[in-house]
Amino acid sequence: MSTARSFDEVGQEVSEKSWHRAKPLLSVRGVAKSYDGRVGCADVSFDLYPGEVMGIVGESGSGKSTLLNCLAGHLTPDRGEILFDSRAGGLRDTQAMSEPERRMLARTEWAFVHQNPRDGLRMGVSAGGNVGERLMAVGARHYGRIRASAIDWLDRVEIAADRVDDRPSAFSGGMQQRLQIARNLVTGPRLVFMDEPTGGLDVSVQARLLDLVRGLVREMGLSAIVVTHDLAVVRLLADRLMVMKSGQVIEAGLTDQVLDDPQHAYTQLLVSSVLQV
Amino acid sequence: MTQSDQYNFAYLDEQTKRMIRRALLKALAVPGYQVPFASREMPMPYGWGTGGVQVSAAVLTPEDRLKVIDQGADDTTNAVSIRKFFEKTARVETTGHTVEATVIQTRHRIPEEPLGEGQILVYQVPIPEPLRFLEPRETETRKMHALEEYGLMHVKLYEDIARHGEIATAYAYPVKVEGRYVMDPSPIPKFDNPKMEMAAIQLFGAGREQRIYAVPPYSRVESLDFEDHPFCASKADHPCALCGALDSYLDEVIMDDDGGRMFVCSDTDYCAARQAAGHLGAMAASDGQEERR
Repeated sequence: MSTARSFDEVGQEVSEKSWHRAKPLLSVRGVAKSYDGRVGCADVSFDLYPGEVMGIVGESGSGKSTLLNCLAGHLTPDRGEILFDSRAGGLRDTQAMSEPERRMLARTEWAFVHQNPRDGLRMGVSAGGNVGERLMAVGARHYGRIRASAIDWLDRVEIAADRVDDRPSAFSGGMQQRLQIARNLVTGPRLVFMDEPTGGLDVSVQARLLDLVRGLVREMGLSAIVVTHDLAVVRLLADRLMVMKSGQVIEAGLTDQVLDDPQHAYTQLLVSSVLQV
Repeated sequence: MTQSDQYNFAYLDEQTKRMIRRALLKALAVPGYQVPFASREMPMPYGWGTGGVQVSAAVLTPEDRLKVIDQGADDTTNAVSIRKFFEKTARVETTGHTVEATVIQTRHRIPEEPLGEGQILVYQVPIPEPLRFLEPRETETRKMHALEEYGLMHVKLYEDIARHGEIATAYAYPVKVEGRYVMDPSPIPKFDNPKMEMAAIQLFGAGREQRIYAVPPYSRVESLDFEDHPFCASKADHPCALCGALDSYLDEVIMDDDGGRMFVCSDTDYCAARQAAGHLGAMAASDGQEERR
Protein backbone atom coordinates (compact mmCIF):
# COMPACT_ATOMS: atom_id res chain seq x y z
CA MET A 1 0.00 0.00 0.00
CA SER A 2 2.17 2.79 -1.27
CA THR A 3 -0.62 5.31 -0.73
CA ALA A 4 -0.95 4.73 2.95
CA ARG A 5 2.79 4.79 3.40
CA SER A 6 3.20 8.12 1.68
CA PHE A 7 0.57 9.57 3.98
CA ASP A 8 2.17 8.24 7.11
CA GLU A 9 5.41 9.91 6.12
CA VAL A 10 3.71 13.24 5.66
CA GLY A 11 1.84 12.76 8.90
CA GLN A 12 5.08 12.45 10.81
CA GLU A 13 6.41 15.68 9.43
CA VAL A 14 3.36 17.89 9.77
CA SER A 15 1.93 17.74 13.24
CA GLU A 16 -1.40 19.42 12.44
CA LYS A 17 -2.12 16.64 9.97
CA SER A 18 -1.85 14.10 12.74
CA TRP A 19 -5.54 13.26 12.31
CA HIS A 20 -4.46 11.18 9.35
CA ARG A 21 -3.38 8.59 11.83
CA ALA A 22 -6.97 8.24 13.00
CA LYS A 23 -9.07 5.27 12.03
CA PRO A 24 -9.91 5.25 8.34
CA LEU A 25 -13.49 6.18 7.45
CA LEU A 26 -13.48 3.98 4.39
CA SER A 27 -11.15 1.11 3.86
CA VAL A 28 -11.08 -0.57 0.46
CA ARG A 29 -9.33 -3.88 0.00
CA GLY A 30 -8.76 -5.57 -3.34
CA VAL A 31 -11.96 -4.47 -5.03
CA ALA A 32 -12.40 -5.88 -8.51
CA LYS A 33 -15.28 -5.79 -10.96
CA SER A 34 -15.41 -7.18 -14.45
CA TYR A 35 -18.11 -7.08 -17.07
CA ASP A 36 -18.37 -10.44 -18.84
CA GLY A 37 -14.64 -10.98 -18.61
CA ARG A 38 -13.75 -7.40 -19.49
CA VAL A 39 -11.97 -5.67 -16.65
CA GLY A 40 -13.91 -2.81 -15.06
CA CYS A 41 -11.52 -2.24 -12.23
CA ALA A 42 -9.00 -4.59 -10.69
CA ASP A 43 -7.48 -4.93 -7.26
CA VAL A 44 -8.06 -1.46 -5.93
CA SER A 45 -7.07 -0.87 -2.31
CA PHE A 46 -6.89 2.35 -0.33
CA ASP A 47 -7.86 3.99 2.95
CA LEU A 48 -9.79 7.21 3.19
CA TYR A 49 -9.51 9.15 6.44
CA PRO A 50 -12.09 11.50 7.96
CA GLY A 51 -11.96 14.95 6.41
CA GLU A 52 -9.91 13.81 3.46
CA VAL A 53 -10.75 14.35 -0.20
CA MET A 54 -9.47 11.86 -2.69
CA GLY A 55 -9.48 12.36 -6.44
CA ILE A 56 -9.64 9.55 -8.95
CA VAL A 57 -8.47 10.56 -12.42
CA GLY A 58 -8.03 8.68 -15.64
CA GLU A 59 -9.25 8.66 -19.20
CA SER A 60 -12.69 7.47 -20.30
CA GLY A 61 -13.07 3.75 -19.79
CA SER A 62 -10.30 3.55 -17.22
CA GLY A 63 -12.70 2.13 -14.64
CA LYS A 64 -13.02 5.13 -12.36
CA SER A 65 -16.82 5.30 -12.53
CA THR A 66 -17.07 1.53 -12.07
CA LEU A 67 -14.95 1.83 -8.95
CA LEU A 68 -17.05 4.71 -7.61
CA ASN A 69 -20.29 2.82 -8.21
CA CYS A 70 -18.88 -0.23 -6.45
CA LEU A 71 -17.88 1.88 -3.47
CA ALA A 72 -21.28 3.59 -3.31
CA GLY A 73 -23.10 0.27 -3.47
CA HIS A 74 -24.67 0.83 -6.89
CA LEU A 75 -22.69 -2.10 -8.29
CA THR A 76 -21.67 -5.29 -6.55
CA PRO A 77 -17.94 -5.92 -6.86
CA ASP A 78 -16.80 -9.41 -7.84
CA ARG A 79 -14.11 -9.48 -5.19
CA GLY A 80 -12.81 -7.39 -2.34
CA GLU A 81 -13.98 -5.69 0.81
CA ILE A 82 -15.35 -2.22 1.36
CA LEU A 83 -15.27 -1.34 5.06
CA PHE A 84 -17.08 1.76 6.25
CA ASP A 85 -16.87 3.22 9.73
CA SER A 86 -20.54 3.95 10.36
CA ARG A 87 -21.73 6.06 13.29
CA ALA A 88 -23.86 3.24 14.59
CA GLY A 89 -21.97 0.05 13.94
CA GLY A 90 -18.28 0.91 13.64
CA LEU A 91 -16.12 -0.46 10.83
CA ARG A 92 -18.29 -2.82 8.80
CA ASP A 93 -18.19 -4.46 5.40
CA THR A 94 -20.87 -2.76 3.33
CA GLN A 95 -21.17 -5.88 1.19
CA ALA A 96 -22.19 -7.95 4.19
CA MET A 97 -24.85 -5.46 5.29
CA SER A 98 -28.49 -6.16 4.59
CA GLU A 99 -30.11 -4.07 1.90
CA PRO A 100 -32.17 -1.94 4.31
CA GLU A 101 -29.02 -1.10 6.27
CA ARG A 102 -27.13 -0.20 3.11
CA ARG A 103 -29.97 1.97 1.84
CA MET A 104 -30.19 3.67 5.22
CA LEU A 105 -26.48 4.36 5.07
CA ALA A 106 -26.87 5.72 1.55
CA ARG A 107 -29.37 8.33 2.68
CA THR A 108 -27.82 9.31 5.98
CA GLU A 109 -24.05 8.96 6.06
CA TRP A 110 -23.36 8.88 2.34
CA ALA A 111 -24.14 11.22 -0.47
CA PHE A 112 -23.83 10.73 -4.20
CA VAL A 113 -23.49 13.66 -6.58
CA HIS A 114 -24.19 12.61 -10.15
CA GLN A 115 -22.54 14.14 -13.17
CA ASN A 116 -25.91 14.95 -14.65
CA PRO A 117 -28.07 16.72 -12.06
CA ARG A 118 -31.13 15.21 -13.73
CA ASP A 119 -30.04 11.81 -12.42
CA GLY A 120 -29.79 13.06 -8.87
CA LEU A 121 -32.79 15.39 -8.67
CA ARG A 122 -36.52 14.90 -8.88
CA MET A 123 -37.29 17.22 -11.76
CA GLY A 124 -41.01 17.35 -11.04
CA VAL A 125 -40.57 18.39 -7.41
CA SER A 126 -39.72 21.90 -6.20
CA ALA A 127 -36.22 22.81 -5.01
CA GLY A 128 -37.43 22.79 -1.40
CA GLY A 129 -38.99 19.36 -1.82
CA ASN A 130 -35.79 18.07 -3.36
CA VAL A 131 -33.72 19.25 -0.43
CA GLY A 132 -36.32 18.10 2.08
CA GLU A 133 -36.66 14.59 0.68
CA ARG A 134 -33.72 13.13 2.57
CA LEU A 135 -34.92 14.75 5.78
CA MET A 136 -38.38 13.26 5.32
CA ALA A 137 -36.81 9.92 4.42
CA VAL A 138 -35.17 9.79 7.84
CA GLY A 139 -38.36 10.74 9.63
CA ALA A 140 -38.70 14.55 9.70
CA ARG A 141 -42.42 15.31 9.94
CA HIS A 142 -42.51 19.03 10.73
CA TYR A 143 -43.17 21.09 7.62
CA GLY A 144 -41.89 24.37 9.05
CA ARG A 145 -38.57 22.91 10.14
CA ILE A 146 -38.08 20.97 6.89
CA ARG A 147 -38.71 24.12 4.92
CA ALA A 148 -36.42 26.21 7.10
CA SER A 149 -33.53 23.82 6.64
CA ALA A 150 -34.25 23.63 2.90
CA ILE A 151 -34.01 27.43 2.66
CA ASP A 152 -30.90 27.41 4.82
CA TRP A 153 -29.27 24.89 2.50
CA LEU A 154 -30.29 26.74 -0.64
CA ASP A 155 -28.63 29.79 0.86
CA ARG A 156 -25.47 27.82 1.57
CA VAL A 157 -25.23 26.76 -2.06
CA GLU A 158 -25.96 30.32 -3.20
CA ILE A 159 -29.49 29.81 -4.47
CA ALA A 160 -31.84 32.67 -3.55
CA ALA A 161 -34.51 31.77 -1.00
CA ASP A 162 -37.29 32.94 -3.33
CA ARG A 163 -36.46 30.07 -5.70
CA VAL A 164 -37.40 27.49 -3.07
CA ASP A 165 -40.72 26.67 -4.72
CA ASP A 166 -39.39 26.59 -8.29
CA ARG A 167 -38.79 23.31 -10.00
CA PRO A 168 -35.24 22.34 -10.95
CA SER A 169 -36.25 22.43 -14.61
CA ALA A 170 -36.43 26.22 -14.26
CA PHE A 171 -32.82 26.32 -13.01
CA SER A 172 -29.61 26.72 -14.99
CA GLY A 173 -27.18 23.80 -15.19
CA GLY A 174 -24.91 25.25 -12.51
CA MET A 175 -27.83 25.91 -10.18
CA GLN A 176 -29.14 22.38 -10.71
CA GLN A 177 -25.74 21.00 -9.74
CA ARG A 178 -25.64 23.19 -6.62
CA LEU A 179 -29.15 22.10 -5.76
CA GLN A 180 -28.09 18.50 -6.08
CA ILE A 181 -25.24 19.15 -3.67
CA ALA A 182 -27.59 20.82 -1.18
CA ARG A 183 -30.01 17.92 -1.43
CA ASN A 184 -27.22 15.50 -0.67
CA LEU A 185 -25.61 17.36 2.19
CA VAL A 186 -28.75 18.28 4.14
CA THR A 187 -28.64 15.18 6.32
CA GLY A 188 -25.01 15.84 7.25
CA PRO A 189 -23.34 12.89 5.54
CA ARG A 190 -19.76 11.98 6.30
CA LEU A 191 -18.75 10.62 2.92
CA VAL A 192 -19.62 12.16 -0.43
CA PHE A 193 -19.16 10.39 -3.74
CA MET A 194 -18.90 12.75 -6.68
CA ASP A 195 -18.97 11.59 -10.27
CA GLU A 196 -17.64 14.36 -12.54
CA PRO A 197 -19.35 17.08 -10.49
CA THR A 198 -18.29 19.82 -12.90
CA GLY A 199 -18.87 17.96 -16.15
CA GLY A 200 -20.98 19.89 -18.63
CA LEU A 201 -20.61 23.24 -16.87
CA ASP A 202 -18.81 26.21 -18.38
CA VAL A 203 -15.54 27.22 -16.78
CA SER A 204 -16.69 30.22 -14.76
CA VAL A 205 -19.58 28.19 -13.32
CA GLN A 206 -17.14 25.34 -12.68
CA ALA A 207 -14.90 27.66 -10.72
CA ARG A 208 -17.78 28.85 -8.52
CA LEU A 209 -18.96 25.30 -7.93
CA LEU A 210 -15.48 24.14 -6.98
CA ASP A 211 -15.14 27.07 -4.61
CA LEU A 212 -18.42 26.15 -3.03
CA VAL A 213 -17.64 22.45 -2.71
CA ARG A 214 -14.22 23.22 -1.27
CA GLY A 215 -15.79 25.51 1.32
CA LEU A 216 -18.44 22.95 2.30
CA VAL A 217 -15.94 20.12 2.54
CA ARG A 218 -13.71 22.15 4.85
CA GLU A 219 -16.58 23.57 6.90
CA MET A 220 -18.38 20.26 7.42
CA GLY A 221 -15.26 18.13 7.69
CA LEU A 222 -16.52 15.90 4.90
CA SER A 223 -14.63 13.10 3.32
CA ALA A 224 -15.11 12.86 -0.38
CA ILE A 225 -14.16 10.73 -3.34
CA VAL A 226 -14.18 12.77 -6.53
CA VAL A 227 -14.05 11.06 -9.89
CA THR A 228 -13.07 13.34 -12.73
CA HIS A 229 -10.99 13.56 -15.86
CA ASP A 230 -10.30 17.21 -15.17
CA LEU A 231 -6.93 17.62 -13.49
CA ALA A 232 -7.75 21.18 -12.45
CA VAL A 233 -10.63 19.89 -10.37
CA VAL A 234 -8.46 17.52 -8.38
CA ARG A 235 -5.74 20.11 -8.03
CA LEU A 236 -8.26 22.39 -6.29
CA LEU A 237 -10.27 19.84 -4.34
CA ALA A 238 -8.30 16.72 -3.62
CA ASP A 239 -5.73 16.07 -0.93
CA ARG A 240 -4.77 12.81 -2.49
CA LEU A 241 -4.92 11.38 -5.96
CA MET A 242 -5.24 8.01 -7.63
CA VAL A 243 -4.53 7.66 -11.34
CA MET A 244 -6.30 4.82 -13.11
CA LYS A 245 -5.72 3.22 -16.47
CA SER A 246 -7.37 0.07 -17.87
CA GLY A 247 -8.94 -0.69 -14.52
CA GLN A 248 -5.67 -0.55 -12.58
CA VAL A 249 -4.44 2.06 -10.17
CA ILE A 250 -1.12 2.98 -11.70
CA GLU A 251 -0.09 5.82 -9.42
CA ALA A 252 -1.24 7.22 -6.10
CA GLY A 253 -0.05 9.89 -3.75
CA LEU A 254 -0.51 13.47 -2.64
CA THR A 255 -2.17 15.52 -5.36
CA ASP A 256 0.60 18.04 -5.78
CA GLN A 257 3.22 15.33 -5.68
CA VAL A 258 1.53 13.30 -8.41
CA LEU A 259 0.74 16.25 -10.63
CA ASP A 260 4.09 18.02 -10.25
CA ASP A 261 6.29 14.97 -10.33
CA PRO A 262 4.48 12.21 -12.17
CA GLN A 263 6.36 8.90 -12.13
CA HIS A 264 4.36 6.63 -14.38
CA ALA A 265 4.54 7.16 -18.12
CA TYR A 266 0.77 7.43 -18.44
CA THR A 267 0.55 10.03 -15.66
CA GLN A 268 3.26 12.02 -17.37
CA LEU A 269 1.25 11.89 -20.58
CA LEU A 270 -1.92 12.90 -18.75
CA VAL A 271 -0.30 15.86 -17.03
CA SER A 272 1.40 17.05 -20.18
CA SER A 273 -1.81 16.75 -22.17
CA VAL A 274 -3.48 19.58 -20.28
CA LEU A 275 -3.79 22.61 -22.51
CA GLN A 276 -2.08 25.69 -21.19
CA VAL A 277 -3.91 28.91 -21.80
CA MET B 1 -83.01 -22.34 -20.37
CA THR B 2 -82.94 -18.59 -20.35
CA GLN B 3 -79.82 -16.73 -21.27
CA SER B 4 -78.98 -15.79 -17.71
CA ASP B 5 -79.06 -19.45 -16.62
CA GLN B 6 -76.01 -20.08 -18.71
CA TYR B 7 -73.78 -17.96 -16.49
CA ASN B 8 -72.01 -19.51 -13.56
CA PHE B 9 -73.15 -17.88 -10.31
CA ALA B 10 -71.84 -14.28 -10.33
CA TYR B 11 -70.36 -14.60 -13.84
CA LEU B 12 -66.84 -15.79 -12.93
CA ASP B 13 -65.97 -19.49 -13.06
CA GLU B 14 -65.28 -21.22 -9.77
CA GLN B 15 -61.52 -21.55 -10.34
CA THR B 16 -61.20 -17.82 -10.88
CA LYS B 17 -63.23 -17.07 -7.77
CA ARG B 18 -61.04 -19.44 -5.84
CA MET B 19 -57.93 -17.64 -7.06
CA ILE B 20 -59.42 -14.27 -6.10
CA ARG B 21 -60.46 -15.53 -2.68
CA ARG B 22 -56.94 -16.72 -2.01
CA ALA B 23 -55.67 -13.24 -2.90
CA LEU B 24 -58.33 -11.73 -0.64
CA LEU B 25 -57.29 -13.90 2.29
CA LYS B 26 -53.68 -12.94 1.82
CA ALA B 27 -54.66 -9.29 1.56
CA LEU B 28 -56.61 -9.51 4.81
CA ALA B 29 -53.70 -11.24 6.50
CA VAL B 30 -51.29 -8.46 5.48
CA PRO B 31 -53.37 -5.28 5.82
CA GLY B 32 -52.61 -2.68 3.16
CA TYR B 33 -50.28 -4.93 1.18
CA GLN B 34 -51.01 -5.09 -2.55
CA VAL B 35 -51.48 -8.71 -3.56
CA PRO B 36 -51.08 -9.42 -7.28
CA PHE B 37 -53.86 -11.49 -8.83
CA ALA B 38 -54.67 -12.74 -12.33
CA SER B 39 -57.33 -10.20 -13.20
CA ARG B 40 -59.81 -11.44 -15.82
CA GLU B 41 -61.37 -9.67 -18.74
CA MET B 42 -64.78 -8.49 -17.62
CA PRO B 43 -67.67 -7.47 -19.87
CA MET B 44 -67.03 -3.82 -19.15
CA PRO B 45 -64.15 -1.45 -19.92
CA TYR B 46 -61.20 -0.93 -17.59
CA GLY B 47 -61.87 2.04 -15.39
CA TRP B 48 -65.51 1.03 -14.87
CA GLY B 49 -64.85 -1.12 -11.86
CA THR B 50 -63.51 -4.38 -13.29
CA GLY B 51 -61.44 -4.95 -10.14
CA GLY B 52 -64.33 -4.23 -7.80
CA VAL B 53 -66.69 -6.43 -9.81
CA GLN B 54 -64.29 -9.38 -9.64
CA VAL B 55 -63.91 -8.98 -5.88
CA SER B 56 -67.68 -8.69 -5.45
CA ALA B 57 -68.22 -11.77 -7.61
CA ALA B 58 -65.76 -13.72 -5.46
CA VAL B 59 -67.40 -12.78 -2.14
CA LEU B 60 -71.07 -12.90 -3.16
CA THR B 61 -73.27 -15.75 -1.97
CA PRO B 62 -76.86 -16.35 -3.14
CA GLU B 63 -78.13 -15.06 0.24
CA ASP B 64 -76.35 -11.72 -0.04
CA ARG B 65 -78.06 -8.42 -0.56
CA LEU B 66 -76.04 -6.15 -2.83
CA LYS B 67 -75.83 -2.37 -2.95
CA VAL B 68 -73.80 -0.56 -5.59
CA ILE B 69 -72.93 3.11 -5.35
CA ASP B 70 -71.09 5.45 -7.65
CA GLN B 71 -69.85 8.64 -5.97
CA GLY B 72 -72.42 7.98 -3.26
CA ALA B 73 -75.37 7.66 -5.62
CA ASP B 74 -77.36 4.50 -6.28
CA ASP B 75 -78.84 5.73 -9.54
CA THR B 76 -75.88 6.74 -11.72
CA THR B 77 -74.75 4.83 -14.81
CA ASN B 78 -71.89 2.89 -13.27
CA ALA B 79 -73.92 1.83 -10.23
CA VAL B 80 -76.98 0.89 -12.25
CA SER B 81 -75.07 -1.21 -14.78
CA ILE B 82 -73.06 -3.10 -12.15
CA ARG B 83 -76.20 -3.73 -10.09
CA LYS B 84 -77.97 -5.05 -13.19
CA PHE B 85 -74.97 -7.19 -14.01
CA PHE B 86 -75.21 -9.01 -10.68
CA GLU B 87 -79.01 -9.16 -10.78
CA LYS B 88 -78.62 -10.99 -14.06
CA THR B 89 -75.62 -13.22 -13.39
CA ALA B 90 -76.03 -13.93 -9.65
CA ARG B 91 -79.71 -13.17 -9.18
CA VAL B 92 -78.97 -11.79 -5.76
CA GLU B 93 -81.27 -9.34 -4.07
CA THR B 94 -80.26 -5.72 -4.48
CA THR B 95 -81.04 -2.75 -2.33
CA GLY B 96 -80.44 0.95 -2.09
CA HIS B 97 -80.39 0.98 1.69
CA THR B 98 -76.98 0.88 3.33
CA VAL B 99 -78.17 -0.87 6.49
CA GLU B 100 -79.86 -3.69 4.59
CA ALA B 101 -76.93 -4.50 2.33
CA THR B 102 -74.44 -7.23 3.13
CA VAL B 103 -72.09 -6.44 0.24
CA ILE B 104 -71.62 -2.87 -0.94
CA GLN B 105 -69.57 -2.16 -4.03
CA THR B 106 -68.52 1.46 -4.12
CA ARG B 107 -66.85 3.85 -6.45
CA HIS B 108 -65.15 6.75 -4.64
CA ARG B 109 -67.30 7.02 -1.49
CA ILE B 110 -67.92 5.40 1.88
CA PRO B 111 -71.61 5.51 2.87
CA GLU B 112 -72.49 8.04 5.59
CA GLU B 113 -74.35 5.41 7.61
CA PRO B 114 -71.71 3.60 9.75
CA LEU B 115 -71.18 0.04 8.54
CA GLY B 116 -71.38 -2.87 10.92
CA GLU B 117 -69.93 -6.32 11.36
CA GLY B 118 -71.11 -8.72 8.70
CA GLN B 119 -70.95 -6.13 5.96
CA ILE B 120 -68.33 -6.04 3.21
CA LEU B 121 -67.35 -2.84 1.44
CA VAL B 122 -65.75 -3.41 -1.98
CA TYR B 123 -63.85 -0.48 -3.51
CA GLN B 124 -63.10 0.06 -7.18
CA VAL B 125 -59.50 1.17 -7.48
CA PRO B 126 -57.99 2.81 -10.57
CA ILE B 127 -54.36 3.07 -9.37
CA PRO B 128 -53.47 0.98 -6.32
CA GLU B 129 -49.91 2.25 -5.92
CA PRO B 130 -49.82 5.39 -3.73
CA LEU B 131 -46.21 6.10 -4.74
CA ARG B 132 -46.85 5.75 -8.46
CA PHE B 133 -46.72 9.39 -9.51
CA LEU B 134 -43.60 9.99 -7.46
CA GLU B 135 -41.70 6.88 -8.46
CA PRO B 136 -42.58 5.38 -11.84
CA ARG B 137 -40.62 2.12 -11.44
CA GLU B 138 -42.67 -0.76 -10.06
CA THR B 139 -39.51 -2.59 -8.97
CA GLU B 140 -38.52 0.44 -6.92
CA THR B 141 -41.95 1.05 -5.34
CA ARG B 142 -42.15 -2.59 -4.27
CA LYS B 143 -38.76 -2.25 -2.64
CA MET B 144 -39.89 0.94 -0.92
CA HIS B 145 -42.95 -0.85 0.51
CA ALA B 146 -40.83 -3.79 1.58
CA LEU B 147 -38.30 -1.59 3.36
CA GLU B 148 -40.90 0.88 4.67
CA GLU B 149 -39.23 3.79 2.89
CA TYR B 150 -42.13 6.17 2.81
CA GLY B 151 -40.33 9.52 2.92
CA LEU B 152 -41.34 10.16 -0.66
CA MET B 153 -45.02 10.19 0.26
CA HIS B 154 -44.35 13.18 2.48
CA VAL B 155 -42.53 14.91 -0.38
CA LYS B 156 -45.87 14.95 -2.18
CA LEU B 157 -47.59 16.48 0.86
CA TYR B 158 -44.71 18.95 1.22
CA GLU B 159 -45.23 20.02 -2.38
CA ASP B 160 -48.91 20.56 -1.68
CA ILE B 161 -48.24 22.86 1.24
CA ALA B 162 -45.46 24.70 -0.58
CA ARG B 163 -47.73 25.38 -3.54
CA HIS B 164 -51.14 25.82 -1.94
CA GLY B 165 -50.43 26.70 1.68
CA GLU B 166 -52.15 23.55 2.90
CA ILE B 167 -52.34 19.87 2.03
CA ALA B 168 -54.45 20.27 -1.10
CA THR B 169 -54.80 16.55 -1.80
CA ALA B 170 -58.56 16.20 -1.44
CA TYR B 171 -59.10 12.62 -2.59
CA ALA B 172 -57.03 9.41 -2.72
CA TYR B 173 -55.36 10.75 0.40
CA PRO B 174 -52.62 8.30 1.44
CA VAL B 175 -53.10 6.33 4.64
CA LYS B 176 -50.91 4.05 6.73
CA VAL B 177 -52.61 0.81 7.72
CA GLU B 178 -51.81 -0.81 11.07
CA GLY B 179 -48.62 1.25 11.26
CA ARG B 180 -47.03 -0.61 8.38
CA TYR B 181 -48.12 -0.28 4.76
CA VAL B 182 -48.91 3.02 3.09
CA MET B 183 -52.04 2.52 1.03
CA ASP B 184 -54.06 4.40 -1.55
CA PRO B 185 -57.65 4.38 -0.24
CA SER B 186 -58.91 4.70 -3.85
CA PRO B 187 -60.19 8.13 -4.87
CA ILE B 188 -62.54 8.61 -1.92
CA PRO B 189 -62.67 12.19 -0.60
CA LYS B 190 -60.36 12.67 2.37
CA PHE B 191 -63.53 13.42 4.34
CA ASP B 192 -64.11 9.65 4.29
CA ASN B 193 -60.63 8.69 5.51
CA PRO B 194 -61.51 8.65 9.25
CA LYS B 195 -64.41 6.31 8.48
CA MET B 196 -61.98 3.63 7.31
CA GLU B 197 -61.51 2.51 10.89
CA MET B 198 -64.76 0.55 10.78
CA ALA B 199 -66.43 -2.69 11.77
CA ALA B 200 -66.95 -3.90 8.20
CA ILE B 201 -64.42 -5.66 5.99
CA GLN B 202 -62.95 -3.39 3.32
CA LEU B 203 -61.70 -4.98 0.11
CA PHE B 204 -60.01 -3.13 -2.74
CA GLY B 205 -59.84 -4.41 -6.30
CA ALA B 206 -57.81 -2.90 -9.14
CA GLY B 207 -58.64 -4.78 -12.35
CA ARG B 208 -56.30 -3.19 -14.83
CA GLU B 209 -53.40 -3.05 -12.37
CA GLN B 210 -54.16 -6.60 -11.16
CA ARG B 211 -53.90 -5.85 -7.47
CA ILE B 212 -56.08 -6.67 -4.48
CA TYR B 213 -55.64 -5.22 -1.01
CA ALA B 214 -57.72 -5.08 2.12
CA VAL B 215 -58.31 -3.47 5.48
CA PRO B 216 -59.63 -5.91 8.10
CA PRO B 217 -62.32 -4.74 10.57
CA TYR B 218 -61.20 -2.41 13.36
CA SER B 219 -57.77 -1.84 11.79
CA ARG B 220 -55.84 1.31 12.58
CA VAL B 221 -55.87 3.60 9.54
CA GLU B 222 -53.91 6.84 9.86
CA SER B 223 -53.90 9.59 7.27
CA LEU B 224 -50.38 10.86 6.66
CA ASP B 225 -49.66 14.46 7.63
CA PHE B 226 -47.14 16.87 9.11
CA GLU B 227 -46.93 17.79 12.78
CA ASP B 228 -47.60 21.44 11.98
CA HIS B 229 -50.11 20.70 9.19
CA PRO B 230 -52.33 17.99 10.66
CA PHE B 231 -54.77 15.99 8.58
CA CYS B 232 -58.18 17.58 8.24
CA ALA B 233 -61.24 15.75 6.90
CA SER B 234 -62.67 18.67 5.00
CA LYS B 235 -65.99 19.08 3.22
CA ALA B 236 -67.94 21.95 1.68
CA ASP B 237 -68.99 24.28 4.49
CA HIS B 238 -72.75 24.17 3.86
CA PRO B 239 -75.78 22.20 4.99
CA CYS B 240 -77.36 19.84 2.46
CA ALA B 241 -79.93 21.82 0.44
CA LEU B 242 -82.41 18.92 0.47
CA CYS B 243 -82.09 17.31 3.91
CA GLY B 244 -80.23 19.94 5.89
CA ALA B 245 -77.51 17.52 7.03
CA LEU B 246 -74.42 19.26 8.37
CA ASP B 247 -72.30 16.14 8.80
CA SER B 248 -72.41 14.53 5.35
CA TYR B 249 -70.15 14.91 2.34
CA LEU B 250 -71.70 17.29 -0.20
CA ASP B 251 -71.71 17.53 -3.97
CA GLU B 252 -71.82 20.96 -5.52
CA VAL B 253 -74.45 21.16 -8.24
CA ILE B 254 -74.39 24.08 -10.66
CA MET B 255 -77.99 25.21 -11.23
CA ASP B 256 -77.74 27.78 -14.00
CA ASP B 257 -75.16 29.89 -15.82
CA ASP B 258 -75.71 32.74 -13.40
CA GLY B 259 -73.74 31.46 -10.42
CA GLY B 260 -76.66 29.53 -8.95
CA ARG B 261 -75.57 26.41 -7.12
CA MET B 262 -76.71 23.98 -4.49
CA PHE B 263 -74.94 21.60 -2.18
CA VAL B 264 -76.53 18.18 -1.72
CA CYS B 265 -75.51 14.99 0.03
CA SER B 266 -73.49 12.80 -2.29
CA ASP B 267 -74.89 9.76 -0.43
CA THR B 268 -78.39 9.58 -1.97
CA ASP B 269 -79.62 6.88 0.41
CA TYR B 270 -78.60 8.90 3.47
CA CYS B 271 -80.24 12.04 2.08
CA ALA B 272 -83.51 10.28 1.16
CA ALA B 273 -83.70 8.61 4.58
CA ARG B 274 -83.25 11.95 6.33
CA GLN B 275 -85.89 13.61 4.18
CA ALA B 276 -88.29 10.76 4.88
CA ALA B 277 -87.64 11.29 8.59
CA GLY B 278 -88.74 14.90 8.21
CA HIS B 279 -85.38 16.72 7.96
CA LEU B 280 -85.70 19.28 5.23
CA GLY B 281 -83.05 21.60 3.82
CA ALA B 282 -83.50 25.11 2.42
CA MET B 283 -84.43 24.10 -1.12
CA ALA B 284 -86.52 21.07 -0.17
CA ALA B 285 -88.65 23.21 2.15
CA SER B 286 -89.51 25.76 -0.55
CA ASP B 287 -90.50 22.92 -2.92
CA GLY B 288 -92.84 21.53 -0.27
CA GLN B 289 -94.50 24.92 0.25
CA GLU B 290 -95.14 25.29 -3.45
CA GLU B 291 -96.83 21.92 -3.54
CA ARG B 292 -99.03 22.80 -0.63
CA ARG B 293 -100.17 25.96 -2.34
